[in-house]
Amino acid sequence: MVFPALLMFVVFGVLPLIGVLVLSFAQWDGLGAIRPAGMANWGSVLSDPGLPHAIWVTFEIMILSWAVQTPVSLLIGTFLAGRQRYRGFLAVLYFVPLLLSSAAIAITYKALLDPNFGLGAGLKIGFLTQDWLGESGLAVAVVIFVVSWQFIPFHSLIYQGGVRQIPTSMYEAAAIDGAGRIRQFFSITVPQLKYTIITSSTLMVVGSLTFFDLIFVLTAGGPGDATRVLALDMYKRGFQANLMGPASVIAVLLVLIGLALALLLRRLGGSTTASQQEGA
Amino acid sequence: MRKLVRLNWLGGSAGWLWLVIVMVPLYWIVVTSFKDQSAYFSQNPFALPNAPTAANYLLVIQSDFPRYFVNSVIVTAGTIIPAVTISFLAAYAIVRGAGSRFLAGANGLFLMGLAIPLQATIIPVYLLIIRMRLYDSLLAIVLPSIAFAIPLSVLVLTNFIRDVPKELFESMRVDGATEWGMLRKLAFPLTRPALVTVAIYNGLGVWNGFLLPLILTQSPEQRTLPLALWTFQGQYSVNVPAVLASVVLTTLPIVILYAVGRRQLLSGLTAGFSR
Repeated sequence: MVFPALLMFVVFGVLPLIGVLVLSFAQWDGLGAIRPAGMANWGSVLSDPGLPHAIWVTFEIMILSWAVQTPVSLLIGTFLAGRQRYRGFLAVLYFVPLLLSSAAIAITYKALLDPNFGLGAGLKIGFLTQDWLGESGLAVAVVIFVVSWQFIPFHSLIYQGGVRQIPTSMYEAAAIDGAGRIRQFFSITVPQLKYTIITSSTLMVVGSLTFFDLIFVLTAGGPGDATRVLALDMYKRGFQANLMGPASVIAVLLVLIGLALALLLRRLGGSTTASQQEGA
Repeated sequence: MRKLVRLNWLGGSAGWLWLVIVMVPLYWIVVTSFKDQSAYFSQNPFALPNAPTAANYLLVIQSDFPRYFVNSVIVTAGTIIPAVTISFLAAYAIVRGAGSRFLAGANGLFLMGLAIPLQATIIPVYLLIIRMRLYDSLLAIVLPSIAFAIPLSVLVLTNFIRDVPKELFESMRVDGATEWGMLRKLAFPLTRPALVTVAIYNGLGVWNGFLLPLILTQSPEQRTLPLALWTFQGQYSVNVPAVLASVVLTTLPIVILYAVGRRQLLSGLTAGFSR
């Protein structure tokens, strides 16, 4: 009974994973014949000054969006874990961004931030009419904001589930000992959510390697190469410049970075099974 | 119900602030989509339209969106039904065959799939689809989507089937039930909530998927909604109300689903992460 799933996963999951390694040593334009190329792709990609830049942008967006999303999601998740009626109502609205596709979100923000036709021009507020997507630093900031807008609801949901697992008795005991709410938050909520934080961070960090569609539609990597993250770099080399070999090198790097980060975070938090038991 | 003491004011103000941040763009999308272009330029962006018009929606519908909608439905259903079915069979086999090294190996392989950004394998998938002569068809999107859905589905479903008490299987076996009978009459009804969860999680991902349709199809006839949004936006970029109408229209089916089954949708979204 395991065979249908195994077959599908091997053909379209495992085989391509091996394939991408093989193709990183080959020359292919996406149409014609595939020829062995030895180390040529690796040599050219690793010596390309565009690579350190793409890695830098990837990590910049990964770390900054993590740093924005984690505290906000933690606060909102804790807030939503309360069972007051109005919070239930707010929760209905909070999660709406989860329903939109990255393409829809990117298109909306692109229109909204347009300096001539967007919100700023309509409201005549100078601050809003900056060329948000036309200036490097601003474009990176916009990407981080939009990523947070899209994913904070998801992580809040995870934290909400985590907070609801914390035994009430711990808060009662702390209250008797005279701990205020802020103290309780840092001494009980945060430590008790350790595995939830690790799970959520792993999803954020590994997920950020695949922010392809959002950035592709929002900035297409621009202005210049300001938001050209690795996933986009792979796409552009492979499907726009028709250099599948070098693109495969980037893909291998993406897989390696993803695995390394997942293992690192797992180390930090013990095993993943623990994080699953926590909320069982 | 438990009533927990919490950090109220900070969480509370973050909560209300976040509400504003979420709602402002959403409100703007909906309001603007009912304005005509001149009203869009002359009116306050947040004002209700002076003369509401459905012309933008008409333009979107006339731009073949019903067809793209059908394509998205086909791709999503065509992915989810087989993906959940084969994942369920695999999960059942893995739980019932505990101790088999082959099955443990298969399970390990699926788990590995969770740690790897599968999008990074897109180039060989593209090669594979070309060689199978499936390029530019809906099946080209469906097949890899099924494979990408398997790891998480198997993980969630094995956890659920494992929770079915062994005694139930045992007593059914004594009564002469075959494995197939136990799967149908015992495991399936008891794991139904998990099946729904997994279907929703993967369904939303496929419905909103962009990379696979972008790379594996090219003709307008095979376009799915996210890709259609992007090309529509390329054509009508100056006509902001029409672009926003296309955003509203493509999101509407999911919003309706959300209104109908909010709880199931949300628990589906965190499939395997918060449980």
